Order: sequence, then structure tokens, then C-alpha cells
Amino acid sequence: MRIELQKRDGVSTLFAVLSPFVALGLTLIAGVILFVALGKDPVAALYSFFIEPLTEIWSLHELAIKAAPLILIAVGLSVCFRSNNWNIGAEGQFIIGAMAGSILPVVFHGWQSPLVLPLMIVFAMIGGAAYAAIPAFLKARLNTNEILTSLMLVYVAQLFLDWTVRGPWRNPEGFNFPETRNFHDYAVLPRIIETGKTHWGFGFALIAAIVLWFVMRRTLKGFEITVLGQSARAGRFAGFSDKKMVYFAFLLSGALAGLAGMAEVSGSIEQLRPVISPGYGFTAIIVAFLGRLNPLGIVAAGLVLALTYLGGEAAQISIGITDKVTRLFQGLLLFFVLGCDTLIHYRIRLVFGAAQKGSAA
Amino acid sequence: MDMTQAIILTIITAATPLLLAAIGELVVERSGVLNLGVEGMMIMGAVAAFAIAQLTGSAGLGAIGGLVSGMLFSLLFGFLTLTLVANQVATGLALTILGLGLSGMIGESFIGLPGLKLAAIEIPLLSDIPFIGRVLFSQDPIFYTSIIAVFGVSWFLFKSRAGLRLRAIGDNHSSAHALGINVVRTRYLAVMFGGACAGLAGAHLSIVYTPQWVENMTAGRGWIALALVVFASWRPGRALIGAYLFGAVSIGQLFAQSRGIGIPSQLLSALPYLATIAVLVIISLNRRMTLINTPASLGKSFVPER
Amino acid sequence: MKKTLFLLAAATALAGIAAPANAQGMDKVKACFIYVGPVGDFGWSYQHDQGRLYVEEKLGDKLETAYLESVPEGADSERALERFARSGCNIIFTTSFGYMDATNKVAKDFPDIKFEHATGYKREHPNVATYDSKFFQGRYVIGQIAAKMSKTGSAGYIASFPIPEVVQGINSFMLGAQSVNPEFKLKVVWVNTWFDPGKEADAAKVLLDGGVDILTQHTDSTAPMQVAAERGAYAFGQASEMIAFGPNTQLTSIIDEWGPYYMERITAVLEGTWEQQATWAGMAEGHVVMAPYTNMPDDVKAMAEETEAKITSGEFHPFTGPIKKQDGSEWLAEGQVAEDGELAGLNFYVAGIDDQLPQ
Repeated sequence: MRIELQKRDGVSTLFAVLSPFVALGLTLIAGVILFVALGKDPVAALYSFFIEPLTEIWSLHELAIKAAPLILIAVGLSVCFRSNNWNIGAEGQFIIGAMAGSILPVVFHGWQSPLVLPLMIVFAMIGGAAYAAIPAFLKARLNTNEILTSLMLVYVAQLFLDWTVRGPWRNPEGFNFPETRNFHDYAVLPRIIETGKTHWGFGFALIAAIVLWFVMRRTLKGFEITVLGQSARAGRFAGFSDKKMVYFAFLLSGALAGLAGMAEVSGSIEQLRPVISPGYGFTAIIVAFLGRLNPLGIVAAGLVLALTYLGGEAAQISIGITDKVTRLFQGLLLFFVLGCDTLIHYRIRLVFGAAQKGSAA
Repeated sequence: MDMTQAIILTIITAATPLLLAAIGELVVERSGVLNLGVEGMMIMGAVAAFAIAQLTGSAGLGAIGGLVSGMLFSLLFGFLTLTLVANQVATGLALTILGLGLSGMIGESFIGLPGLKLAAIEIPLLSDIPFIGRVLFSQDPIFYTSIIAVFGVSWFLFKSRAGLRLRAIGDNHSSAHALGINVVRTRYLAVMFGGACAGLAGAHLSIVYTPQWVENMTAGRGWIALALVVFASWRPGRALIGAYLFGAVSIGQLFAQSRGIGIPSQLLSALPYLATIAVLVIISLNRRMTLINTPASLGKSFVPER
Repeated sequence: MKKTLFLLAAATALAGIAAPANAQGMDKVKACFIYVGPVGDFGWSYQHDQGRLYVEEKLGDKLETAYLESVPEGADSERALERFARSGCNIIFTTSFGYMDATNKVAKDFPDIKFEHATGYKREHPNVATYDSKFFQGRYVIGQIAAKMSKTGSAGYIASFPIPEVVQGINSFMLGAQSVNPEFKLKVVWVNTWFDPGKEADAAKVLLDGGVDILTQHTDSTAPMQVAAERGAYAFGQASEMIAFGPNTQLTSIIDEWGPYYMERITAVLEGTWEQQATWAGMAEGHVVMAPYTNMPDDVKAMAEETEAKITSGEFHPFTGPIKKQDGSEWLAEGQVAEDGELAGLNFYVAGIDDQLPQ
């Protein structure tokens, strides 16, 4: 027996809607098996995973805070991926953006003014974009593989942050501990509504998603992105420049990743430390694909992924399963979702009997 | 044993898991598949090797167990990306998340136990050669495997028909398919080879390098292996050089410190990555070299048309 | 007599008014722990979890516990703390330095819940206490042992990050060693990680290759112990009992015993007597415990036990002058004892250490 894929003529609208639910169903089944095997009540476990974090207002705020960087980075990446630019170094652009955004409150902490925050945003976006410009330049000019350069630059950024925070930017009153000064009030991103913790990072994420959705759907630029993504040759015939698109995609996603970094340090951490991201830049890649590279889909995907983090914590506390189980469960969910999306573009056939030439093993 | 020998031995131990994992991934990428889940496969190999060594009392069986479990785990990636044509980058990242979680669960009861160490094998006659014998021919079997893998893969890729087909797929899967090469099956085999190598590299960590099991003990080595593949511009011999250079830089940095010479360690740690970018740039400056070395369909999914 | 009684009664009444919530005890308490690493690291987080299990066993039905492991510092820790606070925890232990600001932020919103932050210095709200252990006390003892046991007159020190706690340890070790052998040499290697078995093993090998014959570490894995065992050198354990990894190698281990402290603080919540404090306890309180002295002659063992007893009784403090700084200038005069506040921010070496402290 083997599995054969058959390309559909177009996109299956039915499965575009259905596939997340199929994936969810499979995840639930796998979850039940997993939790029963561990001797835990599967209903309680699944409840704390998927429902409990949604039952309280504070938790919804936390959901938004956790989802914000994922969405913000992922919508930028969606433009990259759609135009066939494989930027997987958003983690590095996030870090450099956060650092550029922190120059004012850390180095020039004496200057306290309402101008600080807008400038931090600008610096962060420039920082992230500039860092993304390196792989873009290397790709456009020298045809260097951008997947690999952007990935390498992540490590360089992580080490640079580590060095800066332990060295020149270390808080002089911090007993030698590796962290910068705390940001002053003018440098802290305000909350969206007074009653909850959600800060403007989530606002930025939603705005970016909506704007990019509009651009992709309704503008010539969106068309250009799609055409160049499908075939650089076809794009050239249409008069589009694939080189310019490389820069556009990288600078845009870099700027958004940088903004996400700034929002994270300014809105949540309120200082720089040796590690400021638990891998947002990488998780956002998963989010971008879960959201099928559609900015609005990404908003949903970011919230779902954030939910699994919160749910994992809730499950650890309420039914005492370990962090390992929550990560395993998260991994399973991602696998099912990624696998089920195949149904949108392909028909799956089970073929019995001997393999024919050129078929899938 | 004099100091030079001792330091070389330390470097070799540090480099072996990196080299093995890199060689495996190199074959995977040559076939046009990018598997970012090396870290996940490595940690699965580490926990399986440790557990099997404990349960059977044989470190040798542990090593084999690590290899097999890395391979089985890579099948998961293969099924998603090759059969179901899911995106390779996202699937590889998810594989790492899954591997870190699963290995932690499996390893829970093995924490705090001293492990079995895979015994070194002295090769008769050769191990008696002054200096070199001690360094190269009195090593653990995984080290020998890693060296054999370098030469074996080098021969396979550039001298064998099967290797030629694999490279053809990596360069252009559509024309390879048109020539009648079974793209998916070849890629499956490549992914499994990569998984086996990563699994064995993980086993090296838990039964040779530091014979113990602790969560997250790979500590990012899978990612370094990914960088090495690029640094090597997809050539096994250069991967060997790269892994040993990387080992030498990290050990040399510690050694300099023990001599009282302080250098910002972050700068040194960043050097390999900057060097990798430089290498990438250099090979892409030369258009012919790029064409020869970079698998053009890297990371792209393939569905056989019929 | 009557007057005294009256005063006592008044005092009691006042206390009752001043702290109504604290005055009454509870029947059952929920204690929650947040760890930075996996409980399976067999080091820092593992030892904190051992402390949790210790109290759980002692208090039985009166205590319920919960924990979250591998919680990244930053936004995630704040959320984890908030979830704890809202899930009925009465006291929350935050066991990593990086949780300091998150602890204080969440504590502000939940004044009825007690927060205990390990290794930090900020107590911005009355419901935040801090705690830490004087690991340097143990390091003085092992420094003395090292100087006695080393044939080469030198030891290797695998260090994590140049924060005060680690610098205290290096200095204390060196002072202990110098008290036995004034010419003692110490080689320090910074690995810039708390936990990476491979890198720690590399550092151990490099140090042994460089001619030292005793290792000590301020990192969490058992890898250096294993390397020392392989090479026939001696080593000291860190954080947990590591004798299983070097039965003929471990001289002793400085064990972090958090159990007694957790017991004390959780009991205080049960009894309604919890108050903000900054605890920096050591051998006397049972927070720093030396594993059995093994693999050494009786006279060395006797010396170590004597020093341990003196530090425990408070008769001796490892940082007692005369002590010179590395640059030769005077730090502590004859008989002068370093103050806790100064030690808490220690950022220089004492004389004789042949290394440059990373700044």
C-alpha cells in the first residue's frame, strides 16, 4: 500500500476550511491516547490545554501578549515566503531591532521625553531592516543562498546581544548581573486598554496583518509579490524586478521583526537581558505556514500557537503533567496541521498493489 | 601523553558529533531536502543510546539504538515533507520541538545515573605509531565511523552512479524525474541517512563525550551542524575540516583562558558563523562553483507529475 | 504585675490590628515553584525541586504544590507567575535571578500572596522576600582540601558567568587554599553557560591537560566529575551529590539544600507568621551542606571537618582580613570581616588569582 498525491486543479475550498478541523480532530485523538497512556484524565488535560486559558480575561490578555510577536514577525515572513525569499533569520532581526530600539533608554537614559517611544520604534524598524538587508544584498548581488546566510546571522545577533549586555550596556547599579538598566516610563510601550496588560505590540501586529492583507489582495504590489513568487521569469515578463523584490521582502520582514523585538523589550521585559526571545523568530516561521501565508490566517495561527503555550502551562499546574508532555503535544499538533494542509492542494489516494515507475514510496 | 596530544584528543571528541551530524545533513541537502530538525533527531539519538545502554548493559547496543532511533524519527519528517509535501522549514522546526519534548519524557527515569561509556578500540599496529597512533587509532568506534562516513559519502556522491542520481535530484528534481529517477524514494533514503547520522551523533554525546543523560544535553549542537554543512559548501572533506576547525576554536578559546589570556568569548564564538557567511559569499562570487556545489532545489517540495 | 499583663495584652491586640491577615494561620497551603531549567538538569532546578519534594513529604496533607519548569525569563515568567497567583497559590518561589522584575511586578497586583525570589536583591513590595545561600562558605573548605590534596599545587576552576556569587566562590576557594599553601595556583576557565555538559567536559579536559590535578566547578552538570574520574584526578561536586559519577574522584560536594528553607517559609505561611525578609543563610542554617568527605587521608578530612564546624558555629568567616585585592591594594585589614552587602556586589579577585576577571 502506498500514498499517492494528485494535484487538484485549483485550491479545494472545502478542504481549505476543513483541514484545520481534521488536524484538530487528529490532535485530540492523539492527545487522548497520550494522556491515557500517562495515566491522566484526558478530558481534564485537553480542557486545560484548549479551553482553560480562554476562560479568564487576564489570560486572554496574556494570549494577546504572547501572540503579538509571533503574528508581527509571521506576517512579514509571509510576504517573504510568498515572493520566494526564504528569510529564516527573523530571530536575529528581532534581536537587532530590540537592541536598536533600546539605544535611547539604555545609552541616553537621561533624555526622558515623549519623543523617546516613537524614536525607539523607528530605530527598531531600521535596525531590523538593516540586519535583514545583509542576506538580501548577498542574494540580490551575489546570488548567495539566503536561507543559510539569514540563519547564520541569527547566531551572530544572539552573541552580539550577549556581549553587549554583559559588557558596555550592563546596568552600572546592577551588581554585575548581566542586564541593562530598566527602561524609564517614557520608554515603556503603553497598554491598549487600561484594565488589561495587553500592550501596543498586539496593536501593531493587528495593524500590520490588516495592511498586508489589503496589500496582498487589492494592490498591484500584492500581485507582483505573488507573480514573482511563482516564477521569477514570468515576473520579469510582466516587468517586475525580482532583485527589487528581494530587498522589498527582506526589508519589510526585517522591519516588522525589529518592531516585534522592540515591542517585546519595551512592552514586556522593560530592559535588555542576554536572552530576550524564546525563539519567536523560529516559531513565527511555523505560524506563517500554519496561517498559510495569509496575513489574516496568520493572526488566527499566532493565537492558536500562543494558546498551546498557555495551555501547556495551565495543564502543568492543574493536572501536573510535565513541560515535556506539553512540548510533545505541541509538536504533534504542528505535525497534524502541516500534514493536513496537503489536502488543500492535493488529492490523497491510497494505492494498493505494485508500485509503478516514478511513484511515491 | 604530552599536552599537544591531549589537546588534539579533546578537539576530536568535541568535533566528532558535529561532523557526523553535518555529514548526514549534507547528504540530505544534496538531495534537495532541508531538514532543520537535526537538533531534534540528535537528542532522540542521545536519549535512546543512553536508555538502551542502561537497559542492556552494552554501550555498543546503545550506539546502534541511537542510530536507529534517529533514523526512525527522521521518517516522521520524511513522511510529512516527501509524502505529504509539507513545507520543509516548518516541519524541521516542529521536529525539533517534538524531539526535545519526547526525549525529555523518555529520559525522565535515567536522570542522575552515571552512564556506560563506549570503549575505545585500539587498532593493532597502527595504534603503536608514535603520536598519531594515540590520537587517531585508539579512539571510540563512533569516531572511526565519522571518518569512514566522510570518505564513504565523498565516494558515494562523486564516484558512484547512485550518488550522481542523488545530486541530479538535488539540482533539479523535475528533470531528474523526467530521466526516470525515483525522486521521492531517493530522498527518503537520504533523509533516513541524515537521521541515522544525527542519531549516532547524539549517541556520541550520551555514551562517549559525557556518559550521562540530562535534558537538552545537545545544547544547540544540531544547529551548529547545520551551519557546518554550508561552511563546507556541501563537500564532505570540507565538512571534516570545518568540524575540526570549529572544535579547535572552541577548545583553543578555553585553553587560552586557562593560560590566563582573556579574549571576549562571544567574539570567538561568533567567528565560525561569520566565517560560514564569508564562505557562502566566496562560493557565490564564482558562478561556476555555485552551480557545481549548491543543490538548486534545496528546500523545494516535489510531487511526481503523472 | 498587672501593668505588665496589661501591656502584653495591648501589644497582642496591636499586633492583631497591624497584621490581621497574618495573625491567623491556615489549614492548608498551596506552594508553587517556577524553575528556569528542566527539573531533569540534575543541578540547579533539580535541587530546588528536591526541596519542594522534601517539604511535600514533611507536611503531607497540609501542603499542595505545583511547579512550572523551563520557564524562559522575560514575558513568559510574568505570565507563569500570574497564572500561579490566580490558581490559588499562597506562596510562590521564583528560583532564578532573571525572574526578579517579573516577581516584583506580579507581587504588586497580588498583595495577599507571598513571593520568594531566589538570588535577587529587589524587594519592592511587602509581600516579596528574597533568599540565597552562602555557597562561598563551602568553597573555603574545598579550597583547603584542594591545597592539601594537590600534588602540583594548583587547581582548575570551571566558572559560569562573572556575577558576584561566582566571584565570591572563586575568591573564597583561593583564600582557603592559600591558608594551607600560600603559593597555590588557580586556573579559571569561563564557559559562559550554566549548563552544557559537553562544554563543561571540554573545559575540564583543557584544565587537566594544562597540569592541574584537582577540579572544581560553578556550573551544573556532572560532566567535569566524569572527566576527572577518567583522568584519575580529583574533583568537587556542585549543587547536588555527584558521588555516583566519580566514586573514587569526588572529595566532597557543596550541596544546595533548599528543603529546610522552604519548610520554614511554608510553615510560616501556615502559621500566619510570614514576614518579608532577605535571607542569606549558609552552613549554620543547613542551607549549604557538605557531602561526606571521601577519597582523602584522615588528617585532611579532620581539617575540613574542623573548618566546617568553625564556619557553622560562626567562629570563622572565610572573608576575614588581612586580605589584599588582586592588584595588591588592601581590601580587609587584619581581623576585619567583609560585610554581606559588600560581598553581594563583589566584582574583584583577591591577590594570587592568575586570571583576569571578565568585565
